[in-house]
Amino acid sequence: MAAMLRGALALGVLVPCASFAADGIVIGGKIFTEGYILGEIGAQAIEASSQVPVTRKLGMGSTGILFEALKSGAIDVYPDYTGTLAEAILKRPELRSLDEIRQALSGMGLTISGSLGFNDTYALAVKEEFAEQHGLHSIGDLIPIESTVRAAFSYEFMDRKDGYPGLVGSYHLSFNPKDVNRMEHTLSFQAIDNNAVDLIDVYSTDAKIKKLNLRVLKDDHNYFPVYQAVWVARKSFVDAHPREWQALLGLEGKISEEAMRDMNAQADIQKISFEKIAAQFLGAAKPESKGWLHEVERRTKEHLWLVGVSLLFSVLVGIPLGVTAVRFHATGQAILLSSALIQTVPSLALLCFLIPVFGVGTKPALAALCLYSLLPVVLNTFTGIRAVNPIHVENAHAFGLNGRQVLFRVVLPLASPTLLAGIKTATIVSIGTATLAALVGAGGYGAPIVSGLALNDIPTILTGAVPAALMALVAHGIFELLGVLLIPAGLRRRP
Amino acid sequence: MLELQNISKSFEGRPVLADVNLTVPKGATHALIGSSGSGKTTLLRITLGLIPFDQGYVKINDQALLSFTQVEWADRIGYVPQDGGLFPHISARNNVALIAKMRGWAKSKIDARVEELRRVVDLDAEILTHFPREMSGGQKQRVAIMRAAMMDPAVMLLDEPMAALDPLIRRTLQRELKSIFQRLGKTVLLVTHDLGEAVYLAEQITMLHEGRVVQTGSYRDLLLSPATDFVSHFINAQRTVPDVSEVQ
Repeated sequence: MAAMLRGALALGVLVPCASFAADGIVIGGKIFTEGYILGEIGAQAIEASSQVPVTRKLGMGSTGILFEALKSGAIDVYPDYTGTLAEAILKRPELRSLDEIRQALSGMGLTISGSLGFNDTYALAVKEEFAEQHGLHSIGDLIPIESTVRAAFSYEFMDRKDGYPGLVGSYHLSFNPKDVNRMEHTLSFQAIDNNAVDLIDVYSTDAKIKKLNLRVLKDDHNYFPVYQAVWVARKSFVDAHPREWQALLGLEGKISEEAMRDMNAQADIQKISFEKIAAQFLGAAKPESKGWLHEVERRTKEHLWLVGVSLLFSVLVGIPLGVTAVRFHATGQAILLSSALIQTVPSLALLCFLIPVFGVGTKPALAALCLYSLLPVVLNTFTGIRAVNPIHVENAHAFGLNGRQVLFRVVLPLASPTLLAGIKTATIVSIGTATLAALVGAGGYGAPIVSGLALNDIPTILTGAVPAALMALVAHGIFELLGVLLIPAGLRRRP
Repeated sequence: MLELQNISKSFEGRPVLADVNLTVPKGATHALIGSSGSGKTTLLRITLGLIPFDQGYVKINDQALLSFTQVEWADRIGYVPQDGGLFPHISARNNVALIAKMRGWAKSKIDARVEELRRVVDLDAEILTHFPREMSGGQKQRVAIMRAAMMDPAVMLLDEPMAALDPLIRRTLQRELKSIFQRLGKTVLLVTHDLGEAVYLAEQITMLHEGRVVQTGSYRDLLLSPATDFVSHFINAQRTVPDVSEVQ
């Protein structure tokens, strides 16, 4: 009981601190190689010229998540592209120049720097052999093979007006809808390398173009907009930290397309760390790394915190909800249905919904995990109690036990094996789902998985995936032990 | 003394019990007998205070059920459910002690009472450490009687005490039950569909049919001067009934 109280207190006290740490600068970055590198370069540039601590929240999922994070104040600045800002954020694709975009963002309390020096636009790419075979040089050359070509496009490309929908209109392409796959961007490279698809969308500075020997198809119609890399920041940050903002502005025009592609290649192909690449670019020494053991320890703490809090929530809220569901039929059905509905919302979408409410960082991740872990606990509490023989309940009443005593002395102990199984399911699912928390900057084992995925770097992925699997195994063992302690001996299988 | 006076009860307008009267004098053992659907289970639940009734009185030693709380009533009437009805998750000892524990008895008082009852029902001390799934039918029945007697109730109510036992054990346990009842000195009401059991354990029998009492009397009365055709049918339909010579 005391431990539970302490846990609840800690929950109240620590959650707010977790996402609004200190008054340092928080720099964000998108979940792909270039996002990490630019974010790291920005962070190191600030660190080189100022004492203000910099928190890195790199690998934070899509544009939408980062932009919400920026507006809510959860991050101060992040690198983005003019085309993305005009199309996806301002919904005004006609805006082309930096000044126009800066002016439009000004109304939202935001500002942008000048171009960092390169244009990273969308492009379509095919394998060199495939291009030779079909005589492909420009996007228009796809028309003769449009009905047979197999494509894999990223979610963002498929949904943006300046992506797929506009492209097919502009070039009068009609692909076979069956052969147009939506895929996580980093996975589509693997798909084309394995000849699973013929055509993918790429960013023009992508290092994998070279590595996989892809041919970028020419955009004869000048269809794709310009994507100049810029810093996007809140004006309040610029006003509060003029010196640090100057450090970022110092990078304007410094990164050429060539330099960016090389840095991407260093990360993607040579597997050099982002910190080192950024340090090399800035001509500084690589910041001291505290070693992988320290890293795993930190990730473990973050992950345990996420899983622990959501578990505590699912027990404190899920069991009473399950009991209520048994007692009141209509309410019960509503409870079961809504917790089942939550479960059907894809985790990334749920995180997106929660960002406007909770900002980014630990809070939305915890909220999502709490919601996800609810169903197994509620459902198993409900099922477990319903499976208790009603004779025992009637007998208990006949012996003069009151409602509370019947619940705690008879019903819950008899339902405990099912109940505990529900909590165990919630825990193990939580350990897996918590890896997605990295997408909103909550850290945990998901952080190396997400950055490894962006780099297509299996060893990095494993530094997150293996500890997560180990944690699940340990959790399994702990629950076996808890079974011995919590399930009444009369209900246990004989050894 | 247990008295049921003019008890009537309907479910959704359908009468289940009509004007039922039954009296068990102090220290006597009485059987309520009837086939399934006779209303005996409803009467049992009314007597336990588990469901409301439309008319009449349930009294123990001239005090009416409705003047007590559920806890007070439960302490006056010790209940032995069908097959013992032991809670499967706790040991035999904890089953016996549960109610006293809930009433806030001290551990020493509980231990003394459990020991006293263990001697009355003649149970091995070691059995008390067992869980219900590890016990025989007879052992369960004895533990259930200990549990029912724990709060020293005036009345004991037993629901089909032998139904689940095999015939050989049944014989032995019947004999033992009889002496346990004598040692406890309680007023006992036995609810059963089995005439043999009723005759063996009880001095008086009340036969219930379609929610009404058709006859109350000794086995001899029921056998020799049945009040209705149903009574004779019921008696004749029982496969093994004791010879008249076995009846007091």
